[in-house]
Amino acid sequence: MQQWVAFQTIVTKEIRRFTRIWVQTLLPPAITMSLYFVIFGALIGSRIGTMDGFSYMEFVVPGLIMMSIISNSYANVCSSFYSAKFQNNIEELLVSPVSNQVILLGYVIGGVVRGLLVATIVTIVSMFFTKLHVHNWFIMVSVVLLTATLFSLAGFINAVYANSFDDISIIPTFVLTPLTYLGGVFYSMSLLPEFWQNVSMANPILYMVNAFRYGVLGISDINVTASIAVITGFILLLYSFCLYLLNSGTRIRK
Amino acid sequence: MTYALQITDLRKVYDNGFEALKGVSLTVDQGDFYALLGPNGAGKSTTIGILCSLVSKSSGSVQILGHDIDENFALAKEQLGVVPQEFNFSQFERVIDIITQQAGYYGIPQKVALPRAQHYLEQLGLWDKRFDQARMLSGGMKRRLMIARALVHNPKLLILDEPTAGVDIELRRSMWDFLRKINEEGTTIILTTHYLEEAESLCRNVGIINQGELVENTSIKALLSQLNKEHFILDVTSIPQPDLDLGYPWRALDDESIEVEVEKGQGVTALFAAIKSHGIEVLSMRNRANRLEELFVNLVEQSR
Repeated sequence: MQQWVAFQTIVTKEIRRFTRIWVQTLLPPAITMSLYFVIFGALIGSRIGTMDGFSYMEFVVPGLIMMSIISNSYANVCSSFYSAKFQNNIEELLVSPVSNQVILLGYVIGGVVRGLLVATIVTIVSMFFTKLHVHNWFIMVSVVLLTATLFSLAGFINAVYANSFDDISIIPTFVLTPLTYLGGVFYSMSLLPEFWQNVSMANPILYMVNAFRYGVLGISDINVTASIAVITGFILLLYSFCLYLLNSGTRIRK
Repeated sequence: MTYALQITDLRKVYDNGFEALKGVSLTVDQGDFYALLGPNGAGKSTTIGILCSLVSKSSGSVQILGHDIDENFALAKEQLGVVPQEFNFSQFERVIDIITQQAGYYGIPQKVALPRAQHYLEQLGLWDKRFDQARMLSGGMKRRLMIARALVHNPKLLILDEPTAGVDIELRRSMWDFLRKINEEGTTIILTTHYLEEAESLCRNVGIINQGELVENTSIKALLSQLNKEHFILDVTSIPQPDLDLGYPWRALDDESIEVEVEKGQGVTALFAAIKSHGIEVLSMRNRANRLEELFVNLVEQSR
């Protein structure tokens, strides 16, 4: 009971945090994605023609929704946990009887909720540009939840190791954005030469984008079961590592 | 009897090799008001950090109300409230949210946390500020906010790390009254402070840490009884001639006051008589400095 109340408290606090600063957290993805839809979908997309049997706008929308989920889940946990470290209010949690599992789950669920909220906003915006048909609801929802969880965990690790606000933007800028752009958001893998197709297989974001695109459009460059297995494997790996960081007090306790 | 706090052979060596605590052992009785004193860098904050698990100990054991912090992690923490030296709340959250969230971390639901938050915020004069963001509060208000936050789960042991640092005198006095009140209601309090007057005024027992070692652990009364001499400042109608023998060592401070050294047991009756015999009236009299301060300096210097 005590841990459940603590969990609810952390999640509520996290949701309150990102909704309080909605101009920084919820509005930018709506504007950015609108621009992507206009430029890549409507203006350039009409000249590209079809991709895997769908209009370029239809093809690109699932990738852009997934891109929003990835960046927002990551950013939420990363900035929130680092701010708590920076302002020392992480000590409020550390001196209390909240277990490390609950601390981690609370922050991760906060990130997942923001990811879902942003995904909903971007989806609504996309409906002004194209019609969305959902091929498989179960796969679509599962991939969204799993991806948001995975990147919330990744954001947590970044926050634990960050020593400055610069450190929480390095990974999104130099790792996350390139991997997302090269992860099949804007193109089908079949367009790449075989060598680069093989190289792309090492990019975990490729699996998420394709699994989600399968849920929406019913097409994927990669086996969907394999994709979900890869995402789940990464979640287990990162969750264990996050717990290790909390239990050992790395960069949190002296 | 279960102690409010029992520390046994507590040691802390930081990663850089600095030995902050060299085997500190002490006990604090339930209901006590205990002062933990020491110069900067003596190990006070490290000790408090270990008690509230912000610092990992190298060895030794800590029991809070009989619960070992290694074995009964959650139970030990439930008994403990901490007011740290530095502000450690989110500056962007509202006062009421900071308090109720802290209650939530201890498993206290909102419907219980809200009246408790109101109780402590009213007691500490912050209820009117409950919807303000913490960053809008003055320094003194922020300190009181941290006290309210530390009390919201009704801990049996409250640790305050320099709670009145930078607080004006009037507010300090009102905080003292509040702390006395909750101590009388049964909360054990451990206080670190640089204002030795504060320790002398509030606390019954005292521990002095220096260079990671406990150099004194006794009652304030017993400590003060170690004083061999005291210095008084007397405001007088005129200053005696410099070579005048009053029967006590003395010196003029300015045109209106003199400082007199009085040995333990010597009394001051003869002093007043000697001064009066030279046609000088004493207008007022006070201690030169906090009495505890003299002892503190002596003890710290001896342990070096």
